[in-house]
Amino acid sequence: MDIVYTIWLRTMKRFIRSKSRIVGSISMPIFLLLFLGFGLNAVVTLPGSENYIAFLMPGMVAMSVLFSSVFSGITIIWDKQFGFLKETLVAPVTRLEIMIGQTVGGATTAFIQGIIILVLSLFIGLVVDNPFRFLVAFLFMALIGISFTAFGIAIASRMEDMHGFQLIMNFLIFPVFALSGAFFPITSLPPIMATATMLDPLTYGVEGIRYGLTGSSQIDPFICLVVLCGFTIATTAIGAYLFRKIRI
Amino acid sequence: MTSAIHIEHLTRRFGDLVAVDDISFDIGHGEIFGLLGPNGAGKTTTLSMLATMLEPSAGSATVNGIDITGDPAGVRRSIGIVFQDQSLDEELTSWENMDFHGRLYRIPADVRNPRIDELLRLVELIDRKDDLVKTFSGGMRRRLEIARGLLHHPAVLFLDEPTLGLDPQTRNHLWSYIATLANEKGITIVITTHYMEEADRLCNRIAIIDHGRIIAMDTPARLKERIGGDVVTITAPDPDRVISILSGAGFNADRGGEQVTVSLENAEQQISGLIVRLSENKVAVTAIAIHKPTLEDVFLSFTGQTIRDVEADGKESRRIHHRAMRH
Repeated sequence: MDIVYTIWLRTMKRFIRSKSRIVGSISMPIFLLLFLGFGLNAVVTLPGSENYIAFLMPGMVAMSVLFSSVFSGITIIWDKQFGFLKETLVAPVTRLEIMIGQTVGGATTAFIQGIIILVLSLFIGLVVDNPFRFLVAFLFMALIGISFTAFGIAIASRMEDMHGFQLIMNFLIFPVFALSGAFFPITSLPPIMATATMLDPLTYGVEGIRYGLTGSSQIDPFICLVVLCGFTIATTAIGAYLFRKIRI
Repeated sequence: MTSAIHIEHLTRRFGDLVAVDDISFDIGHGEIFGLLGPNGAGKTTTLSMLATMLEPSAGSATVNGIDITGDPAGVRRSIGIVFQDQSLDEELTSWENMDFHGRLYRIPADVRNPRIDELLRLVELIDRKDDLVKTFSGGMRRRLEIARGLLHHPAVLFLDEPTLGLDPQTRNHLWSYIATLANEKGITIVITTHYMEEADRLCNRIAIIDHGRIIAMDTPARLKERIGGDVVTITAPDPDRVISILSGAGFNADRGGEQVTVSLENAEQQISGLIVRLSENKVAVTAIAIHKPTLEDVFLSFTGQTIRDVEADGKESRRIHHRAMRH
């Protein structure tokens, strides 16, 4: 645990100092929320009574957690390139401890960025009617953070440098986000896209957060929890396995 | 008495390339031991194996009495290492880098904090303890890395090209600093370098390594004695002609890069005979210099090349080596 804490501590120190990164990564969900939300609020009518902004909020929170957690995971490539990873790997600690430390650290930073979006959402109409249910949203944010940081570490373990980063973001992470049901109700999608959405692990995160924030969701929150927990265990296991095989 | 490091038939292959080829030797406690050789000679590979970062293909070794393949974690606890490339976190302060290391090696806070303070004083960075490492110069970073390598009181400290890329002044400073450290702390220090004069000044013993093999190992003084006498370096437009004339006259002349080197007893008195011989044959000579043998000359006499020549040739083989490392 002490090693996990040590690596977590380092991640947090770096996070607090990278103000431009924080601003950069929360700006996109905020823009989407404001422009899409207010722009489409008047013209989009959803089945059910909620307005479009309220529908978007869970997705934007999930987006913020998703992108920053994948990014945190992938930054171990920088540690590899700038040599710092050697310092960690030559210490008398196990690779698993290092990997878990990186995952917990990345997930924490991603979680904090999700919280920032949540807090900002309070100013544009988010209502906290049930604090206990809010904790459910936190739980789902944490799970998205852990699973996708581990996912990022798994990818980073197989990458030589940052060249592939943009590719991963555009062709892997963005589709994961776009298909997650963050923008549209699943029932209004054509069958093929609806199937793709149901196969996307992030969908269960978005719906879990939706349940936490609004009290209703398109998928049963318990199913969301089971699926997302399974995904988290799988990515953590794969990430730990691939990280153990890193050669520097 | 057990050795600080004991190496037996250690070998490492990367595909077809034999980076380290069946080396065996011992390093005593408290020794400053230099591994000398051109880039790509196998120095870093040897170090990586001793530091348990790389598995040997064959052979075995113990560090501080601990087997490198049997108990890597035990080896890691008893060594400190300063890598050839920088391995600091630039976004952290020098204190935080030390603190991270101390926690990683599970040094309790009441021991850790005073020790970090003491070491930062030792490397004269205490005034900069709260500054981010990215604001540090190359020399400061090196000093910080050495301090960090000492934090957990290792029995053996590995320094891989610790002065590479530093200006001469910083280099001198660092070497005298390392010498002091070895004296005061009594730890065994293993250094790789290709700066011959530095190794000469600092190391108790030196192994010259080339193409993965140890080609000579002794104290710097004894290595130089093997040359016999002084070294005369002749620069001439036609070095081959100079060699053939001097060899014909019974001199011990060798090609060293673009120059000719002649080893000569009492060179100050003997040199006139050499010059007479050259002028009789009307050979043009640009310059002649006499000097006491250096490790550079030792390297030349053992490999037939100066270390600079090997470096120039080394580019291609390094690329091959690099490719081999990736697979």
